[in-house]
Amino acid sequence: MAGVSPDTIKTEVQKLEGEVPELIMKDLQQNLTQISKDKAISREQLEKAIDAVKNAYQRATVEAGEAVGTVAAQSIGEPGTQMTLRTFHYAGVAELNVTLGLPRLIEILDARKTLSTALMVIYLKEKYSKSREKAREFAQKIEMTTVEDLALQTETDLINLIFIVTLDRTKVQRLGLTPKIIASSIANGLDLEVGIDGYKLRIKSENESMTELRRNATKVKSHLLLGVKGITRVLVKIEGTEYVVYTEGSNLADILNMPEVDQDRTVTNDIYEIEQTLGIEAARNAIINEAIKTLEEQGLDVDVRHIMLVSDMMTASGSIRQIGRHGISGEKASVLARASFETTTKHIFEACMHGESDRLSGIIENVIAGQPIPLGTGTVELVMKGGAKGGGK
Amino acid sequence: MTEKWDVLGHELVPDHKVLSKEETKELLKRFKIGAFQMPRIRSNDPAAMACGAKPGDIVKITRKSPTAGKVLAYRYVIEG
Repeated sequence: MAGVSPDTIKTEVQKLEGEVPELIMKDLQQNLTQISKDKAISREQLEKAIDAVKNAYQRATVEAGEAVGTVAAQSIGEPGTQMTLRTFHYAGVAELNVTLGLPRLIEILDARKTLSTALMVIYLKEKYSKSREKAREFAQKIEMTTVEDLALQTETDLINLIFIVTLDRTKVQRLGLTPKIIASSIANGLDLEVGIDGYKLRIKSENESMTELRRNATKVKSHLLLGVKGITRVLVKIEGTEYVVYTEGSNLADILNMPEVDQDRTVTNDIYEIEQTLGIEAARNAIINEAIKTLEEQGLDVDVRHIMLVSDMMTASGSIRQIGRHGISGEKASVLARASFETTTKHIFEACMHGESDRLSGIIENVIAGQPIPLGTGTVELVMKGGAKGGGK
Repeated sequence: MTEKWDVLGHELVPDHKVLSKEETKELLKRFKIGAFQMPRIRSNDPAAMACGAKPGDIVKITRKSPTAGKVLAYRYVIEG
C-alpha cells in the first residue's frame, strides 16, 4: 500500500494552525516527510502521529493558576547569585567599556534611564560598510567634539568678567577647524559675544554678573562643535565582510536619521531610547535580548520564557516600568501586598489616609490573613446562584 | 532629513496592524475580555503612529518568538 504524499502531510499538519505553534508544526511536517521517504505512512498513522503531537503539546502548556511569576523570579534569581559583582570589565568588544553581570542585569530590570555604559552598534549601508576608509570617515563624523575637548586651558577672568578659552592648535587643525569657525559656532549656538585673539577666545557675558559668567562657562565648555551629541568614543570593527561602528555613548534618534546608517539593524543598549524611537514592542524585544545576552555571557542558562514574562510585565502598560518599588510591585492593587514588599508603614499610612480597602484577592493578602491562597487548585471558587426557588435559570 | 526611515522596518520592531471593527469585536468575544484588560500601547508610540493607530483601536502584533516561531499579541491603544 502506498503511503501518503508529502502534500497530504502538509495539508494535514496545516490543520493544526492556531492550536500548536508554528515551530512545532514545521518540525512535525519535516520529520513526517523525512520518514515517509523511507517508509510509507498510511493515512491512519499520519492522523495518529498528528494527534499525538497535538496532545503532547497541550499537556505541556502551563496550567491555569500556575505561579509563573514566582517561577520566573526564582529562575532568574538563582543564577543571579552566581554572577560577577564587578561593574567594569574590558571584554568582548576590544577597548570598549561594557557593564556586565549582575550590575547590568539590575540596570535592565530597574529600567534605569542613565546607563553606566551606554553603547551603540551602528551598521552602515552597503556603500559605506565595505570600505574601511568610508566607515572610518563616518566614525569620525559622529564622534562628539566639544569646546572643552579642543581647549588647552580655560580660565575665568573675574576682573573683566570674561571667560577665556585657549585652543589647542594641533587638535583644531587636525579636525579641519579654525578659531573663527569655533567662535561663530559658539556665538550662534549660545548667543554670546566672542572675541578672537589668535587661538584664544574671549567670551563676554551679556549680564555682568558672576553667576551668569559661571553658567556661561559650563555652557561654552560643553558646546557641541562636531559629531552627534552623546557619542563620546567610536571604534570601527570588521564583522564578517562589513565594517561596523561601535560607539560609547548612545543617541539612537539622531544616528538613525543619518543617511549612511542602516536604519533596520542599528541598535543601542539603552532601552529607554529604543522605546522613544522605535516603540514599546521594540523595547520589549530589547529587554529580552539584553537580559539573555547578559546571562549567557556569564555562562548561565535561563529559559527565554522567564525573561519574556518579565519583559511583558515591564511593557504591559505601554511604557516601561521597572520591577520593584517604583514600578510593578509599587502599583499592586492590594494595600497589604504593597506593604509587605517595602516601606511597610508608608503604604499602610497612605492607605489609611485615602480610605483604601483590600479585597483580599491576591496571594500575599491571603497569606497574611491565613487563608488558602488563590493559586493552582485554590484559584477556583464556588459561587451560588441566587434567585427564585427552584434555582437560577 | 533626505529620506524618512520606516520604524516598522527595524529588526527589533515586530509587525503592527490595526484591527478592524469586526475583528476587534470577534477578538474580545473569543477571549471573553474587555479591551481595557489588554496590554496597552500609547498612541504616540512610534510604531503605533507608523501603522496609523488611534486611541481605542486594538493593534495586532505578530511577534517572532524563539520558542514558538510566530506569536500573535494584541495591544489596546491608549491616549498618550
